[in-house]
Amino acid sequence: MTIPSAEGARPADAGRASSPDSDTTDGTETMETPDNTQNSTGEENPAEVAAVQAEVAPAQAETAAESDGGPPLLRLVDIGKSFGPVRVLSHVSLDIPIGQVTAVVGDNGAGKSTLIKTIAGIHQADEGQILWQGRRVNLHSPKDATDLGIATVYQDLALADNLDIVANMFLGHEMVKRFQLDEIGMEITAKQTLADLSVVTVRSIRQPVGSLSGGQRQAVAVARAVMRQAKLVILDEPTAALGVTQTRVVLDLIKRLKSQNIAVIVISHNLNDVQSVADRIAVLRLGRLVAVGPSSQYDAESIVDLMTTGTSKRLAATSAEPSSGSSSEH
Amino acid sequence: MSTDVHEPPSEAAEPDEAASEAALAAPEVIASSLGEYLKIWLTRVRNGESGALPVILGLVAIVVYFQVRSSLFLSAGNLVNLIGQAAWIIMLGMAEVFVLLLGEIDLSIGYTSALGATFTCWLLLPPNPAPWPLAVLVGLAVPAVFSGLQGLIVTRLRLPSFVVTLAGQLLALGLLLEVMDTAAPNGGGSIRLYNNVLTDIYSGALTPLAGWIVMVAAVALAGALFLVRDSRRRASNLTAPPLSVTLLKIAGMAVAGVVVVLVGNTDRGVGLTVVRGVPWVVLVVLVVVVAWSFLLGRTRFGRYVYAIGGNAEAARRAGINLSRIRILAFTLAGVTAGIMGIIFTSYLGSISTGVPGGQNVLYAVAAAVIGGTSLFGGRGKMLNAVLGGLIVAVIYNGLELLGLGAAPQYIWTAVVLLAAVTVDTLARRRSTTA
Repeated sequence: MTIPSAEGARPADAGRASSPDSDTTDGTETMETPDNTQNSTGEENPAEVAAVQAEVAPAQAETAAESDGGPPLLRLVDIGKSFGPVRVLSHVSLDIPIGQVTAVVGDNGAGKSTLIKTIAGIHQADEGQILWQGRRVNLHSPKDATDLGIATVYQDLALADNLDIVANMFLGHEMVKRFQLDEIGMEITAKQTLADLSVVTVRSIRQPVGSLSGGQRQAVAVARAVMRQAKLVILDEPTAALGVTQTRVVLDLIKRLKSQNIAVIVISHNLNDVQSVADRIAVLRLGRLVAVGPSSQYDAESIVDLMTTGTSKRLAATSAEPSSGSSSEH
Repeated sequence: MSTDVHEPPSEAAEPDEAASEAALAAPEVIASSLGEYLKIWLTRVRNGESGALPVILGLVAIVVYFQVRSSLFLSAGNLVNLIGQAAWIIMLGMAEVFVLLLGEIDLSIGYTSALGATFTCWLLLPPNPAPWPLAVLVGLAVPAVFSGLQGLIVTRLRLPSFVVTLAGQLLALGLLLEVMDTAAPNGGGSIRLYNNVLTDIYSGALTPLAGWIVMVAAVALAGALFLVRDSRRRASNLTAPPLSVTLLKIAGMAVAGVVVVLVGNTDRGVGLTVVRGVPWVVLVVLVVVVAWSFLLGRTRFGRYVYAIGGNAEAARRAGINLSRIRILAFTLAGVTAGIMGIIFTSYLGSISTGVPGGQNVLYAVAAAVIGGTSLFGGRGKMLNAVLGGLIVAVIYNGLELLGLGAAPQYIWTAVVLLAAVTVDTLARRRSTTA
């Protein structure tokens, strides 16, 4: 049901590319994917949010209301992107709801990186729209995205190894008091943020980042994003270079973000991690979104099928009863 | 299927967490007692991540060696002479620290400092000398602009600073010859410094009493700042260095201050003339060290310099204007070089086209690196240049005192420099593979 026929949108491509602005209304009506997405999430969300709520505290009440009624935090409508003659993304429509983890999976070259770079403002989409909290936005630069509250944690983390944790978390946004760096203020804030994320395994937040383990470095990079009031955190392959223990640290961290009402997009190759942490899964194949839905609908094999062939026979069986085990990932 | 592509390659190499933390975190931030502090510090020294103490110990060893070889070495007269020699090496070393922290180098400052000093001397020529502060300002501005332009070229055209500043060195020498020709056409390539205030930087001295007052005030002020900072941290429930460590540091500063003032106040006159007091140049160096340390350690600019040296891409993504910081750092290196030029002129009483600018700049880089500044950027302090400059000056002075020629001076400086760079590189390799 969530799988559009592979050829579905292709004939319209050429016309659309020339007039990206004209499909403001058109896009949502004619595209199969967004409609299906909405239907499926519409059915799934209450159950899922309820599950989350039971697990985490009363602060979630608002989320439930929002994801029931209001627009999603981020909505991609009909995004297309070409690099020269190479069409990297075509007609990708995806909703990113608040307080949920959306995993974007796909084989190498499926367009995952381009998709997140478009959201992060590094690339500009050739077609389609980006709606932030229901409002149309143009992301011309990484700063535009950051100002909205979109924080991207790239695989290389972008940490200065010679600086300590506090300095890294505040890099470029230092607190200044009487012409001096307000070290005490920054340290308190950094400490609080790390404590909120339950990553107090570091011995001192004044140690250089170069002395941290992989998982701790990831945690620092994420904490930096969270500290700047990010509403959406994008994690690019957060567990790719980590061992078993460190991976668990990062997955716990992602769950923490979710419980703080932050929307999370995780790009990953590791289907085990995806299954254990994601609420929703979006599968990209050759620049097209071939499937999107609650993670409970997919098992590892169906995801692999979707990533490689674009369809899955197995999926038909599971999606027939979508409400079963909607919170099984916990 | 595709998961194996991203199999972790180096997980097995992940070190024991506590050990690596002990090796890399400064002892101040994790130790709660003096004993623990020492233990962590020893681990760090073994890992090549040492602080200033090994450099100080090395300095002491060299001093002892020279004193054993020549009883004149620790005489007040020679020590004051040594301070004069060290002052300009330290100053040029501090100039180099700004650019070394970025992972860059500036080879031109040996000659730009002389170029600036030539302008200063020119402006002070009788019969119509300009006011000396103006002359000094010009003397600082010339090398500042020169280095700033080099920084602009390095950052905008993305050229290696080594090549840009090597060209800058040649250009500065050319300009020096040209300007000297105009400023002192009959001076034989040399121009005298006609200003008592500026010649007194080196040859003048504080009165013995003033020396004591300045020293006590400086130590008291620094000590109070340390203690207030620690107590503020404790008040905010943050870890602060153990009180004993802070007190030891203050005591160390006090001892160094007392030694400098005692040496300075001892009569070093020859024959019947009495010469006493701490030379002004000590105060000049002290003020610059404190100002630049503040700039690097407590301001955004300093933080960004370290960030760029550590990971320029991370700094760029954090929204830092790399070009601006780089150009500013180069400019400050130029300003510091200008100060050195004026000290150097005060030391010699004149400035000439024969100034060994190429050699001086290499001594400066040596001083910074011997003191513990990394050639790869991101690691180092102004204090490193002070300690390294002292070591270079002691070798220079001591061998001269022993009546040995230039050959052993060069050779020994080379050996010490090579040792320092080796330590730097090994430490870096260990910390990146760890």
